[in-house]
Amino acid sequence: MTRDEAFLQFLLRMGDNTLILGHRVSEWCGHAPVLEEDIALANTALDLIGQTQMWLSLAGEIDGGKSADDLAFLRDAWDFRNVLLVEVPNGDFGRTLMRQFLFDAWHSIMLGRLMTSSDERVAAIAAKASKEVTYHLERSSDTVVGLGDGTEESHARMQEALDYLWPYVGEMFVSDDVDAEMVAAGIASNPSDLREEYDALVGRVLAEATLTTPESRFAHKGGRDGRMHTEHLGHLLTQMQWLQRAYPGATW
Amino acid sequence: MRASTDQIWEWLDAVPDPEIPVISVVDLGIVRDVRWDDGTLRVTVTPTYSGCPATSVISMDIETALREHGIDDLKIETSISPAWTTDWLSNKGRAKLEEFGIAPPQPAGGPERCPHCGSKAVEKVSQFGSTPCKAHWRCTDCLEPFDYFKCI
Repeated sequence: MTRDEAFLQFLLRMGDNTLILGHRVSEWCGHAPVLEEDIALANTALDLIGQTQMWLSLAGEIDGGKSADDLAFLRDAWDFRNVLLVEVPNGDFGRTLMRQFLFDAWHSIMLGRLMTSSDERVAAIAAKASKEVTYHLERSSDTVVGLGDGTEESHARMQEALDYLWPYVGEMFVSDDVDAEMVAAGIASNPSDLREEYDALVGRVLAEATLTTPESRFAHKGGRDGRMHTEHLGHLLTQMQWLQRAYPGATW
Repeated sequence: MRASTDQIWEWLDAVPDPEIPVISVVDLGIVRDVRWDDGTLRVTVTPTYSGCPATSVISMDIETALREHGIDDLKIETSISPAWTTDWLSNKGRAKLEEFGIAPPQPAGGPERCPHCGSKAVEKVSQFGSTPCKAHWRCTDCLEPFDYFKCI
């Protein structure tokens, strides 16, 4: 694998995570339990789509002059490099916010490291995105604590959400050849090096939320290397890419 | 004779932000640079939030305004580094925001006072407001809700 090939994979992983999660979160638009939460989710989705624009634009440059839109709308499920966590269906509001928290915690640590990347384009995107993600994490942590340490009903739902999502956490910390190449180039940290900080951060918030972190380290994998996505991604893409599939090349 | 950059900054200070029209794009701190490159005017703009839908409208508004002042050869460039911060809001912009009913950003992370009645008894309703750059607060004295310009 050449350095450019690895760099492209790395950028797709970053951009596909924010694209797919941004789309998932946007599915709540008009459906959230209260107006303030609806607005908050839509704003979070907007930030994530904005970050996607930056990551996939750079990926497109490396990939022979494609645009971010080309990459978002003209690839099929097997070309996506997002972790499985971000493609699982929203479930209830509690599960959506738990997923957001588990992702935000990783995202904030990852972007913090990328701000000192040897590639100044990566460092610039990370610096910009990091400001937004700090805010996302503050909100998702508060909500996880509020609902976890809330009523009997909300506590039970948050524990259920955590138990369901926990097996999807491990994939964010798996290292492979792409990561080894990025570490060698000084572009990114090894994902496995982020785990300790992640466990400390997540453990602190979950304890405050009176939730029990599952002990199992079993991890569903196959998203970030594209080997095997869940069946949910294909369904998501049929909606997200509908216009380009029905009317190829349509613009406005 | 071509316009001086001082003159151009003045023209840009008359271009309103599309979402908060009481302040200009210069007040908002998103115009980072104006310079002549031979005969081409280059204007560098930075987005507030990466997904802010107003960004492309702002670039269009800047272009329209400058063309009306007779500048034909111009290029609007986007730069994300250094990342925009609310520290770049001008004092004039901060005063206008408050007058308009939006509490200006504070390093403490919350509004200093209610922009309507001036009371310090305020509470947060939601971390997000009507646009990515604002949060939703209310005053417990006059009971009016208001937007707070988030500090980033």
